[in-house]
Amino acid sequence: MSALGALIRRDVHIAVRVGGGALIGVLFFLTVVVLMPFALGPDLALLARLGPAILWLGALLASLLTLDRLFTADHDDGSLDLILMSRMPLELACAAKALAHWLAAGVPLIVATPVLGLLLNLDGRATLAVALTLLAGTPALTFTGMIGAALAVTLQRGGLLLAVLVLPLSIPVLIFGVAASNAAILEQGTLTFSTPFSILCALSLASLVIGPFAAAASLRHGLD
Amino acid sequence: MRLSGRNLRCVRGGREVFAGLDFNAVAGEAVAIVGPNGAGKTSLLRLIAGLLLPAEGAITLEGGDGEMTVAEQAHYLGHRDAMKPALTVTENLIFWAEFLGGTPADPAACIAAVGLSHAAALPAGFLSAGQRRRLSIARLLTVRRPIWLLDEPTAALDLASQRVFAGLMTDHLASGGLVIAATHGPLGIDARELRIGGEV
Repeated sequence: MSALGALIRRDVHIAVRVGGGALIGVLFFLTVVVLMPFALGPDLALLARLGPAILWLGALLASLLTLDRLFTADHDDGSLDLILMSRMPLELACAAKALAHWLAAGVPLIVATPVLGLLLNLDGRATLAVALTLLAGTPALTFTGMIGAALAVTLQRGGLLLAVLVLPLSIPVLIFGVAASNAAILEQGTLTFSTPFSILCALSLASLVIGPFAAAASLRHGLD
Repeated sequence: MRLSGRNLRCVRGGREVFAGLDFNAVAGEAVAIVGPNGAGKTSLLRLIAGLLLPAEGAITLEGGDGEMTVAEQAHYLGHRDAMKPALTVTENLIFWAEFLGGTPADPAACIAAVGLSHAAALPAGFLSAGQRRRLSIARLLTVRRPIWLLDEPTAALDLASQRVFAGLMTDHLASGGLVIAATHGPLGIDARELRIGGEV
């Protein structure tokens, strides 16, 4: 177990150091959300209506931005060879790397959400709903994105490919994330928060299982 | 302990690198793989490390730990040094010691053994090529593994470091380990030659 802890600690360490991915993701998120009110104009009702969708889109793109380096960085410096040779099952190592990525790049997005919610005229309740759905949904983005990151290892310039491969997988997460947030804000008749939120949690749990196995299979297949 | 390969055939990218290759290495012995560029020296090391799969043939280890694969009992020192530029020398080494498991040696002692004590707190990104190589060699010392697979281990090392490294390999062999190294230059220790791909 100490090997698992060591891998998670190392990846989080690298991500938060200068030049790491953690800050880049949050800055991108900030940029997208801050520019949105300028593009849409000063219509407060419109901003509040679009707020959850904007926050979710920003979080999705920000998490994609740093995901492509998940395995290629280790491949480029030879660490991946040693991880493949180690006694730790590769599935577990993949899960540890994804968890570290989520801790370093996903959690800051959730923490930044309340601040950015102010810019989009979201009240406390709506902001809380978006933050909660992001907390439930961003693990799914990371763990499905990991599959694309593992496939990109064998290609020299896999960055764009990653987006193309991963976006279809993240569409359900986006749909149910925004649906749950809107339901919490509007609370109209049949529209409830718990249904889309449960599906969102289910998507995350399923990707926690499928992601590591698919990524490990892809890395093994790409041995070279 | 005896590591051997029989009738190995290696195919990379649809091209046959070598075929019908046999090799043997016993505990306490160093084997130097020599041959021209592109003959498959690195490929052979990666086959043994389990990082490539042989198209034909098999690699067997007698007298090792039956519970573990050859890869899990081997250290692999490749072209790339597996050190993160953002972490310090000590942090890098402690990570590998913890990740590779077993009973780790004192990281400070390993760093001292390769003469990097003065740079222990420096981020690995600031090291020169030779210093990075020495840091990779320190990784071999952190956790004891009987098989050392070395790819051009003396590249970028100065003469003094080459002598230090030869001493470390001698100690490893004396303690019952075995060394398989792909090399162009002299290793600095007595090694049996395994020639692949004809004359240089």
